[in-house]
Amino acid sequence: MTGTTEKPLTGNMRPDGSGLDMPAYEQAGGYQAIRKVLTGGVTPQRVIDEVKSADLRGRGGAGFPTGLKWSFVPRGQSTPNPTYLVANADEMEPGTFKDRLLLERNPHQLIEGMIVAGFAIEADVAYIFLRGEYTLAAERISRAIAEAYERHYLGNNILGSGYSLELHLHLSGGRYICGDETALLNALEGKRANPRAKPPFPVVAGLFGKPTVVNNVETLSCVPHIINHGATWFRGLSRAKSGGTKLYGVSGKVKRPGLWELPMGTTVREILEEHAGGMRDGLKFRALLPGGSSTPFIVEEHLDMPMDFQEMPKAGSRMGTGTMIVLDDKTCPVGMTWNMIRFFARESCGFCTPCWSGLGWAERILQSMEEGLGKPDDLEKLAFQAKMWSPGHTFCALAPGAADPLESAMKYFRGDFERHINEHRCPGR
Amino acid sequence: MLTAEEINEIEAEAVHYPKREAVSIDALKIVQRHRGWVSDESLRDIAGHLGMSATDLDSVATFYNLIFRRPVGRHVIMVCDSVSCWIVGHDRVKKHLTERLGIEFGQTTSDDRFTLLPIVCLGCCDRAPAMMVGGDLHTDLDPQKIDIQLEKYK
Repeated sequence: MTGTTEKPLTGNMRPDGSGLDMPAYEQAGGYQAIRKVLTGGVTPQRVIDEVKSADLRGRGGAGFPTGLKWSFVPRGQSTPNPTYLVANADEMEPGTFKDRLLLERNPHQLIEGMIVAGFAIEADVAYIFLRGEYTLAAERISRAIAEAYERHYLGNNILGSGYSLELHLHLSGGRYICGDETALLNALEGKRANPRAKPPFPVVAGLFGKPTVVNNVETLSCVPHIINHGATWFRGLSRAKSGGTKLYGVSGKVKRPGLWELPMGTTVREILEEHAGGMRDGLKFRALLPGGSSTPFIVEEHLDMPMDFQEMPKAGSRMGTGTMIVLDDKTCPVGMTWNMIRFFARESCGFCTPCWSGLGWAERILQSMEEGLGKPDDLEKLAFQAKMWSPGHTFCALAPGAADPLESAMKYFRGDFERHINEHRCPGR
Repeated sequence: MLTAEEINEIEAEAVHYPKREAVSIDALKIVQRHRGWVSDESLRDIAGHLGMSATDLDSVATFYNLIFRRPVGRHVIMVCDSVSCWIVGHDRVKKHLTERLGIEFGQTTSDDRFTLLPIVCLGCCDRAPAMMVGGDLHTDLDPQKIDIQLEKYK
């Protein structure tokens, strides 16, 4: 896409909220990247090298280098067949609303990114794993896939290049854990979405036991632009070490909650104050979760830090999905933590004991605190539980992701927790 | 007995997967779309059609939020109770809905019009609080807006 090159992901979106159909997408320069790659004599290795050099990092939250992930896929004649590519469109992390925009407003951008990615990893079959509640996205993606088949951008021998790719849409039965890539693969196989032990990693033994790459929607949507404009351009969009723009969002009691495509590494303060307009009148900022419910709280002193994968850990947190949830001074931090732990407890798949057992326990402790029934040793119990959820004690990142907001809440809002226990009530009510 | 239409829809999805049981979630959703929910009889019929045991299929059916193993009303209301909605007013939405409908979460109105369920983050946190009614998303909710929207569902 040519379009607005400072905002490659969103610059061509229509202001009226409708999606870009095939003619509109092509008119904006769409499907040039697959022409360049498939008919321009570019090798899969060249595509991987370009994406590596662009320093594109996984936008689902983990920030793993995309080109590197692609390079782990076994290739050549002797490898197991078929190879799969999956777009993780199971956006369910509380506070996260970025992929919805890309899916509803520019579905072809994702599909084109998947064709390029598929070519790079020599994939034969691709799936878009979409959460079942995204009904509008489902409608628009289905139509876009049909349009892409009509134009022979999908199917056999795409554009006469010899490369073939089948693409299917899978609508999830609905469960947060499906966002974990190995749980997602089990869901695609028609099973309960319990995460799998790693290794083996999905790039070697994934969907139906075959090599599989799972990438986030925003990650894949960046790919056509990297091909069109080059790695150097992509890195130049960013103010941080890793490349590109980022969809940043803000929710909570700010003046203008919303979503903006900005240079990677834009500071927390700029996003919060300039774009979201700061706090609503009469409210003060207290803390925020940088990128969804499973990222640790950061506070005032961290506001001038850049939002990116490398910098946020210096504040003891993670960028996650880049969609912030803001806590104001009139909202109870204990109540907020209870809400999040209740979510994790409910969405635990029930496989690993520290997760299914401990999350429910912690949820009941937090509820009792809110109801004025907290006991003096409750904080110790919560800290113990959070320790039990640390990485390595469970198969996946759900429980560690629950420990992050809980431990950081107990660090920054210890006084609030203590008041709940000592005063036998929620002081905010 | 699955209807010919249900079988056709299931088979149209089944070709997308190399293994027959992989279509199980699609199959459950297809039957649910036609019948409102998945009864024990439907479950056995789907399992038989896919060559799975009913127990295996039920372990799948009961895992997922959007598959109903109990009867539901004509319209299922799913109210987001995740953190962004909670901050800006989920409690008010919840109170209004339970009072207006006279039911708690997990229940169906006596006229079978509405079933009320909680749901995890609906991914529209900048327009919170939010709920879905059937496949329709409703955002920026307050009691008045809820009343207006619900009138559309008979």
